[in-house]
Amino acid sequence: MTDIEKEAARIAEQGESAPRLARDPVNLPMINNWLEAIGDKHPGYTEVAPPAMVQVWTMPGLHGRRAPDDPLGQMMAILDEAGYTSVVATNSDQTYHRYLKVGEHLSMATSLEDVTGPKRTGLGEGWFVTTRSTWYVGDEPVAEMRFRVLKYRPAQKPEPVAETPEAQPIRPSVNRDTEYFWEGCRQNELRIQRCGGCGLLRHPPGPMCPECGATKPKYLVSDGLGVVYSYVVHHHPAVPGKRTPFVIALVELDEGVRMLGELDGEPAIGQRVEVVFTKVDDELTMPSWRPRADR
Amino acid sequence: MRIGDPLPEWHVEATPTFVISTALATRDFQDVHHDRDLAVRRGSKDIFINILTTTGLVQRYVTDWAGPEALVRQINVRLGAPCFAYDTLKFFGQVVERQEQDLTIEVVGRTAHGDHVTGTVRIEVPA
Repeated sequence: MTDIEKEAARIAEQGESAPRLARDPVNLPMINNWLEAIGDKHPGYTEVAPPAMVQVWTMPGLHGRRAPDDPLGQMMAILDEAGYTSVVATNSDQTYHRYLKVGEHLSMATSLEDVTGPKRTGLGEGWFVTTRSTWYVGDEPVAEMRFRVLKYRPAQKPEPVAETPEAQPIRPSVNRDTEYFWEGCRQNELRIQRCGGCGLLRHPPGPMCPECGATKPKYLVSDGLGVVYSYVVHHHPAVPGKRTPFVIALVELDEGVRMLGELDGEPAIGQRVEVVFTKVDDELTMPSWRPRADR
Repeated sequence: MRIGDPLPEWHVEATPTFVISTALATRDFQDVHHDRDLAVRRGSKDIFINILTTTGLVQRYVTDWAGPEALVRQINVRLGAPCFAYDTLKFFGQVVERQEQDLTIEVVGRTAHGDHVTGTVRIEVPA
């Protein structure tokens, strides 16, 4: 048995709290305020109160405090101390034994019925605390309520991934098939692979021409102009060396192939763009796109 | 009134005035039901309807349909997504049980964020 369960058992053993008397007897002005606010046009509440109002009569009010022997208050304090600091009501089951007449003066007493946990919930780890309250007129029980709250430790939101623009950007993996491309970037040339056999232009690069099967790749130097064929705006997750959001555009070059790259500016499909080369270090120069006002 | 009978769909516009006037009429003075600045500071989107009002709305939904002769014997509600100011709360219901004059009605109240309340209401209707 955990400490929380021991405390719960102790409070449950105390049984019903001392009954707390409602501020006012059941009365028409409060009934009418309630009907007006809820918008209920039910004609029957002239001598009896709406059943769903039962809890209203014994609410603690604007400056109300819980009685020291209130089991829910005691249990909340224990769970607060254990780090379960947030609360949300999950169930309210009310049974009305009879309608309450104007003039009757209610009191309410509460006992602790059940404490279950720790449970993993969508809100965080917590305990379900169930109380049972009974409303009395004199000694006569007239209504009952089972009330359940979840007392929980708010789930830790995942740590925001630090934006690390100062971090090194992700580097391309350069191999024998792609080396010519990155070498071109270093020289501020946008190179498109061209088959040494049939002359087909292709991108991204590969060892073999998909058209003729030749393995003699060559390249031509593009004019570096094209239009935005499609794009995404990247918000999440964070990318090392980048500040989100940023735009990745698929650009259809005037030579006919499509090429991905970051677009610096408001993206729009069909927009004319031109290539820009940004030197990262001696080894790496990155191509990207920027809008171009074509005449 | 037979098993399977649906209740007509009912919409409640949870205006700030509605949220606040019902909270006060149910003597619930918790700030999240009338003070938007504090509600937002506590992590809510806006002020939201209190439980006593939800229970009252569920009762009204059923008695509006069943008529003033019906007696309400029990209201069980399970609470879900809060109903914030400016939400539209849509009620749906159906008779799920009948034993002579005792009816059980299942009710759901839904906003754009999901189910605000699901519950059952037991009523007794005249013979």
